Amino acid sequence: MTAVETRVDMSTSLASVPIPSPVLTASGCSAFGRELEPFVDLTAIGAVVTKSVQLRPRSGRPTPRMAETPSGMLNSIGLQGPGIDGLLAEELPWLAERGVRAFVSIAGTRVEDFAELAERLRGVPGVLGLEVNISCPNVESRGEVFACDPVAASDVVSAVRAAADPAQPVYAKLSPDVTDIVGVARAVTDAGADGLSMINTLLGLVIDPDTMRPVLGGVTGGLSGPAIRPVALRCVWQVHAALPDVPILGMGGIRTGLDALQFVLAGASAVSVGTAVFNDPSAIGRIHEELAAALAARGFGSLTDAVGYAHR
Amino acid sequence: MSGLLTRPAPRAARPPVQRVAEVTGRRPLNAYVELTLASPEIAERAEPGQFVAFAIGADTSALLLRRSIAIAGASGGVVTVVVAPHGPGSTWLAALRPGDTVDVVGPLGRPFPMPEPGTPSLLVGGGYGAAALVGLAERLRMTGSPVTAVAGAASADRLCSVDELGAVADDVVVTTDDGSAGRRGWVSEPAAELIGTAGVVYACGPMGMLRAVGELATAAGVPSYVAVEESMACGIGVCMTCVLPVIGEDGRTRFARSCAEGPVFGGDRVRFADVGTLPHDVVGADAMGVLPA
Repeated sequence: MTAVETRVDMSTSLASVPIPSPVLTASGCSAFGRELEPFVDLTAIGAVVTKSVQLRPRSGRPTPRMAETPSGMLNSIGLQGPGIDGLLAEELPWLAERGVRAFVSIAGTRVEDFAELAERLRGVPGVLGLEVNISCPNVESRGEVFACDPVAASDVVSAVRAAADPAQPVYAKLSPDVTDIVGVARAVTDAGADGLSMINTLLGLVIDPDTMRPVLGGVTGGLSGPAIRPVALRCVWQVHAALPDVPILGMGGIRTGLDALQFVLAGASAVSVGTAVFNDPSAIGRIHEELAAALAARGFGSLTDAVGYAHR
Repeated sequence: MSGLLTRPAPRAARPPVQRVAEVTGRRPLNAYVELTLASPEIAERAEPGQFVAFAIGADTSALLLRRSIAIAGASGGVVTVVVAPHGPGSTWLAALRPGDTVDVVGPLGRPFPMPEPGTPSLLVGGGYGAAALVGLAERLRMTGSPVTAVAGAASADRLCSVDELGAVADDVVVTTDDGSAGRRGWVSEPAAELIGTAGVVYACGPMGMLRAVGELATAAGVPSYVAVEESMACGIGVCMTCVLPVIGEDGRTRFARSCAEGPVFGGDRVRFADVGTLPHDVVGADAMGVLPA
């Protein structure tokens, strides 16, 4: 790396909150961050986006929970987690003590669940903001995927925005499994979302040809990894074109700095790296460096200059 | 108080590293391939029972998930693993040649807890799982424990590490399902005969074998530690795919990660009969809508 490459200003923001790096973990792909400590300087990354937390501890689904697919994987975890009490008692203090920024993903089955979680996270040290997971495919009915319905999605987002700490931006995490993602994006933005996280996994299925039954205990699962990158990039592109002032946290199959650059050029002002961390636990730091070098090589003095560049 | 014979295995003393390691040796071992890798930092940190996780292919590989394999030996700056080729990932690993490089993370997982010095120990390995017991056997001998080993497999070509165990153990009993080597039958038969002399049992192998060995040890009042071979996407504790229902120190069952809380679990703590199901008394099952019958 040359001195020129390191001179790119990589700082960006999650809505109103500045962050020194545009590269974050992705919810559900780095637990609560601590396992990455041997591999990544967690204080240098944009933020740890936590695994989605719910009001109560959740066991998650029975195994098998994953199936490898071409350039990706299906998961059927089912939001295993310690619940908000465990998060507040164990995980967030661990991050805060080390000066690691946390972007907390919240999930629930009712609008009131989301609002209560937002309320519980008001003013918690180190919590930059909230990512509202209205799009996890691993729930018992599609009716629980709020992000598939603009009205249901708006109800959740407006309740969270009303309950959340005003200093904490609220990002709505959208599902690609919709006919019109721009319509959902517009609805949640009108409902008060400060930003959009795009995309969650796509609903998928693998059948074992030997047993002739679905591989996953949960039957269907969420598809992630580089296989979904073009879908994710298309979603970011469409939404940025329609809503150019809405901040986007882009994600979906980012594995390299050049992958991240595509999301930035399409309109993302920050990116999350998810499944690639399973392959390379150092991925978050590596992708930051690769993105900085790629921006420098293209003559950008700052990351923010490149956001949405492909539309101009 | 849980009333169980084992305590949960403690964490390893040192964190893992990620390195690109050169393959320094490759040796076909019947149905398996033994690879040696130059990785001084992993070798010096490794403890018996831990594993390493390999990236498959180059950095544009379409196979994204790591393959986790038990450490069969770690000394002199070199880590040894035994690869059982069955899918595309393990087949790629088994085809590595000396001079090739591979991205490896380790050592990972919790080591086998050591008994009081001098405790007679029974080691039971199934298939390539026996490889994970070689380093343990050496350490047990160093601390004065008499070691008896049972190594079994479906057939003679699927036995593993018999010579290595034989070099360390006081006695090695070999079994095969088809009688092509050693005693015909399962490892659980000699294990049941030998349990009376053991103060602790260690096992690594397929889940059914671990269940049988764990149950017979517990029935005999002997603590047992089993190293499971669950498939893992990451190996480092972030993906949550490799969970098993395991009874914790507080007596409550949780879905515990085989990579981070395991791979070594108390044999009386893994609820083998419930693997692949969601029992109502797993912590957080109520939030999934699973209630007592």
